[in-house]
Amino acid sequence: MLTAETIIQSIASGLLMGLLYGLIAVGLALIFGLMDVVNFAHGEFLMIAMYATFFLFAFFALDPLLSAPLVAAALFVFGAVVYLLVVRFAVRAKANAGMVQIFSTFGLAIVMRGLAQFFFTPDYRSVTHSWLGGKTVSVAGIFLPQPQLMGAAVAIAAFGGLYFFINRTDFGRALEATREDAGAVALVGIDKNRVFALGWGLGAALVGLAGAIMAMFFYIYPDVGASFALISYVTVALGGFGSVFGAFAGGILVGLVEAVTALVLPPSLKSVGIYAVYLLVVFIRPRGLFGSM
Amino acid sequence: MTALLETRGITQRFSGLVANSDVSISVGRGEIVGLIGPNGAGKSTLFNLIAGVFPPTEGSIWFDGQDVTHLPAAERCRRGVGRTFQVVKSFETMTVIDNVIVGSLARSTHMREARRKAHVMLEFTGLAARADVLASDLVPAEKRRLEVARALATSPKLLLLDEVLTGLTPAEAQTGVELVRRVRDTGVSVLMVEHVMEIVMPLVDRAIVLDLGKVLVEGKPADIVRDPKVISAYLGDRHAVGA
Amino acid sequence: MDQNFAKRRRRELLTAAMLVAAAAVVPLLVKDAYYQNIMVLTLMYAALSQSWNILSGYCGQISLGHALYFGLGAYTTALLFTKFGVLPWFGMLGGGVISAVMAMALGYPCFRLRGHYFVIATIVIAETALLLVQNWDWAGAALGITIPMHGDNWLTFQFPRSKLPYFYFALVLAAVAWFVTWWLEDSKWGFWWRAVKDNPEAAESLGVVVFNSKMGAAAVSAFFVAVGGGFYAQFVSYIDPESVMGFQFSLKMALAAVLGGIGTLWGPLLGAAILIPISELTSSHIGGSGRGVDLIVYGSLIVLISLARPQGLVSLFSRKKAPAR
Repeated sequence: MLTAETIIQSIASGLLMGLLYGLIAVGLALIFGLMDVVNFAHGEFLMIAMYATFFLFAFFALDPLLSAPLVAAALFVFGAVVYLLVVRFAVRAKANAGMVQIFSTFGLAIVMRGLAQFFFTPDYRSVTHSWLGGKTVSVAGIFLPQPQLMGAAVAIAAFGGLYFFINRTDFGRALEATREDAGAVALVGIDKNRVFALGWGLGAALVGLAGAIMAMFFYIYPDVGASFALISYVTVALGGFGSVFGAFAGGILVGLVEAVTALVLPPSLKSVGIYAVYLLVVFIRPRGLFGSM
Repeated sequence: MTALLETRGITQRFSGLVANSDVSISVGRGEIVGLIGPNGAGKSTLFNLIAGVFPPTEGSIWFDGQDVTHLPAAERCRRGVGRTFQVVKSFETMTVIDNVIVGSLARSTHMREARRKAHVMLEFTGLAARADVLASDLVPAEKRRLEVARALATSPKLLLLDEVLTGLTPAEAQTGVELVRRVRDTGVSVLMVEHVMEIVMPLVDRAIVLDLGKVLVEGKPADIVRDPKVISAYLGDRHAVGA
Repeated sequence: MDQNFAKRRRRELLTAAMLVAAAAVVPLLVKDAYYQNIMVLTLMYAALSQSWNILSGYCGQISLGHALYFGLGAYTTALLFTKFGVLPWFGMLGGGVISAVMAMALGYPCFRLRGHYFVIATIVIAETALLLVQNWDWAGAALGITIPMHGDNWLTFQFPRSKLPYFYFALVLAAVAWFVTWWLEDSKWGFWWRAVKDNPEAAESLGVVVFNSKMGAAAVSAFFVAVGGGFYAQFVSYIDPESVMGFQFSLKMALAAVLGGIGTLWGPLLGAAILIPISELTSSHIGGSGRGVDLIVYGSLIVLISLARPQGLVSLFSRKKAPAR
């Protein structure tokens, strides 16, 4: 029954989820904005973060909220390593650079999924007891699940922190400068590879945060990244490649659209709303909502 | 006899900036016309408007007696407008001959004929020996000639040359000048945007000077170079004599 | 100069003819049904990726949603056969035509998109179609369609006892896809596509109507992929949305062409010949345990080849050096 209450409830949940989507997408947008590479293993970064959170819980009884910073740090290292070992060579390709970048990261995604299956088995895992898990907060009659609420708060804080970092710190400015002209920064003594590696690390760390939060209310299995991957690409494209803010805004929009779609269409079709909105937006604005590339 | 190309009252605005203002020029059949002026005069904009890259904010463009104002670049090429690009846009992943074949396919539908025509164009521009070389492996001067060969392959009535002679060594520039003359001798009219005065003035039949988006003056090269308005536009008022 | 070119063309044709002849003999020597199955799939993917290559390789419009046309072809054939008794031969043709039209209809809004926006649009459209079919009861929804087998019959294109006819059909399909590519390479369309891929602005200045050329590439590409889909439906006798419209199909088609050499004549063939057997063999010998080792091998292969040979494996056979950029 579609009552005003259910609609508002949906919109609220959609907003919360959207902020998390935004957090995931921002990591992707950061990497793309930095070096024009779409990380097709982004979903697998999320998957690894979720597994890390799970194992910290399973072996050390660490609540996801506590392990979140650890997971983010681990993903930071992981992201930098992925750049140094794989992506660095992909962007050097003289022929078909676009395809090399797409397929090398795709291949990486498949390898990661295989490794996850190998080491963790395909079994579904979940963080069965967490401080916020399963609890809700009632705000004016609307029930907001606490994990998602925390996730939204973390997303906002992370985005704010990122904004501050990019615009107010030296390293952030180096990041922007490298984005604008990778060749020129070398002349000023900035090591392009270092900047890129750190950029990948940062992007991965943001996903790490999202993964730690999502471990509180999603099942964890080797292919979990795949479903979120497509949503994050669509989100970044919707917001416009080249705009970190666009990715965040896109995430919120996607979350809302997904929630509203679930109200009117059967649950298996909930992604169709997102896809339709994406197509609608780019047909009118071929560079996304805030895109510059 | 009607001019081959005519622009009537062309005004081009780009969100607040007026790049061209009420520009009316013409190019007659068999003429080589030079379009000159200081930086920011609006030459490139006018050039792109004639080539059909975008439609003008106001005014009309007539080619061979027909209104082509709202026709896109590909259609203008069909009608006989060929152009080169200031920043050379060769098909880097294709060989020299294949580059030109793309051009000749604008007129010939049969591959054999298109290929033969491409060979002729390569001979004409002196690139025959480099036919099977990848365009990306050419030196800049050769790439310029490839641009011309490619545009010529479309059998244009009017060839628009965008700074083809800029940045060449004196020897290369001379070869370029001879090439332009030979192009005109085959019956193709030429409208060329140029910066290098010493090279362009002896070449063109007529020169049109643009400044600040407007036509400043036009006429024979010998008169233009002495015109105080032109001198002051390029060098500033101090240098104008008898202003 | 022209003689060299004509010679090269003849040589290519001759090589293709010899390969077809050689391939035709193989199933008579290798009688194991398991290996024959792999061969049929390899040939099918050769045809699919060759067709994909026309739009995405030659014309440069990278599509990762071609499973849409594969699925369209498969479903058209299967539905026409099971619901209306239309022979699969007509079904495949019908599926091809419908897909060509669909490709152009989708191209109309999509071709104004560039780069990643276009790629994501293709993925998203294919996914949407998959989800819609999954919820469409008349088309079998998630359970799919089973094509009942009635015994060996060329009319209904069913051969429950032998893979040979499927093999030869797939061989013909791959050969036709190759030939069409070969023919188009030295045609107005082929030159237009390469020009559009390389530098659309320059192409326009030379009279190429960029939009039309993209539409043409899309239609041809979709047609053959759909015919392949119809073939697949008859080959496996059971289709469901996930198996014929899933993203992994789009990816595999593209992968074969990219690993072999995107935008080249022989690339997709070579890529399919290497990728598909490896994919099938690892999946059955190592993947059975469900421990993901096949994925690790498969994924690593993709990473290694794309990094080591970005222009594709076909460049190993080429005497021309790759474009220096």
